[in-house]
Amino acid sequence: MNSASAQRKRTLEYYRDLVLSLLSAELKVRYRNTVLGYAWSVLHPLMFTLVFLFAFKVIVKVPIENYTLFLVAGMFPWQAIQNSVCTSTGAFLGNSSLIKRVYFPRHLLVVVGVLNDLTHYVLSMPIILLVMALYGIAPTYDFLWVLPLLLITQFFITLGLSLVVATCNLFFRDIERLVGIFMMLWFYVTPILFKEDWVPSYLQWMNYANPMAALEISWRHLFMGLPVDPYGLMAAAAWAPLMLLAGYGLYRRLNWRFAELV
Amino acid sequence: MSDPPAIQFRQVTKYFKKESVLSTGLKNLLLHLPYHLKEVKRSRYFCAIDDVSFTIAKGESVGVIGRNGSGKTTALGLIAGVLRPNKGSIEVNGHVCPLLELGAGFRQELSGAENIFLNGVLLGMTRRQVREKFAEIAEFSELGEFLESPIRTYSSGMMARLGFSIAVHLNPEILLVDEVLAVGDIDFQGKCMKKMNAFRKQGITIVFVSHNLQAVTTLCDRAIWLQDGRVCAVGNAASVCEQYRVRPANPPQGS
Repeated sequence: MNSASAQRKRTLEYYRDLVLSLLSAELKVRYRNTVLGYAWSVLHPLMFTLVFLFAFKVIVKVPIENYTLFLVAGMFPWQAIQNSVCTSTGAFLGNSSLIKRVYFPRHLLVVVGVLNDLTHYVLSMPIILLVMALYGIAPTYDFLWVLPLLLITQFFITLGLSLVVATCNLFFRDIERLVGIFMMLWFYVTPILFKEDWVPSYLQWMNYANPMAALEISWRHLFMGLPVDPYGLMAAAAWAPLMLLAGYGLYRRLNWRFAELV
Repeated sequence: MSDPPAIQFRQVTKYFKKESVLSTGLKNLLLHLPYHLKEVKRSRYFCAIDDVSFTIAKGESVGVIGRNGSGKTTALGLIAGVLRPNKGSIEVNGHVCPLLELGAGFRQELSGAENIFLNGVLLGMTRRQVREKFAEIAEFSELGEFLESPIRTYSSGMMARLGFSIAVHLNPEILLVDEVLAVGDIDFQGKCMKKMNAFRKQGITIVFVSHNLQAVTTLCDRAIWLQDGRVCAVGNAASVCEQYRVRPANPPQGS
């Protein structure tokens, strides 16, 4: 009994250390040897924001107030999700020499990839707050509970999807190419460029059946100082365990074959 | 012999698909679907390990020899638990620690010191354990101030030093060594051999895959000679190595 619980404690300590070591390695690699460092994680979504601003505000003139903030509030979390999912194709393949030799909890490689992008997202939040300030919008008290809840939800949803992508990519290498296209398509059907209530009523269910839509709507309400959309939040929170279970379940079923495939 | 053995293979068979239909891509799969369906049914397998049985007792050091492609590395993969046998069973008692191939798991942009932590944890230590051993590892590697430079500036010999220094400080119970010592210079190779001999005296089980028969004879008690996935000979290291050396060269494929 005692030794079993000591063993459990040691395993937990080990998992934590493995995640922390891999994560700090990723972060160090990312910020060393780059001139712009921090700016890179912010520049990418900001440039897309500028392009969409030009296309949809200057040219198309969409009737949405505070469109810059509207875009920033959607682009930043989306960038984190998309980055994680797209880079997860290499999570196992990129560590093939390790996977072939040592047995270690390999799913943590994907966990670290997702945490990495989530860290950058959190670090880029001051920019969102800055844009909020420019529009004279103060953070509401909802920040205190909605922000952590959404971060956890986004972590689980992204992790589930990334585990599926990383695992499947070992069996079908095409996934690597497909996932970029797929995420781009997903971006356009998710209410990031447009308001969720513009979706015609017969398609309204998509705002909740699409986990990304539920997430994005909730993030935007938060950053635009709007009241919480309880259905969006609930849908996102409901998707989180489902996606995680699907991803982890698939990984568990197939991970014994990884060393033969990488 | 009341102690359980360190490693026991019981009629282990491991085969790989010669070429997986699936890994050639979706397009290919769909275009030639009828052909592939037939192909999957009579999938051609190739046997990497074929009905192999052996026992390695605790504290024994055993060399594994054989030509390229004879199944040595697959055997190590099976011991390390990264591969699963298709038939038979494998029993491993003790913490297995593989000596990784050159630079595996290292991050090129990080310094040697940072890589000691990362690699140590990947190989199964907690950060606290690495911290306790850090000074010893650094000293054994003889890399001195180079430990502060990024790994990408290292020569292959320096990388091997670092890798070996980490692995031997992990408190392994079973050490798997796969032909990694060949890269270091003579001095460091000698140091490694000395360290492995010390391990032997401490009663650590060593499985040593090598083409260097000289090293196998000096380091190992016993040797296993694999050929085409089968055990060709087992026994006293010196005599198995001698048999291997004088083997008839009937499968004409160089050495």
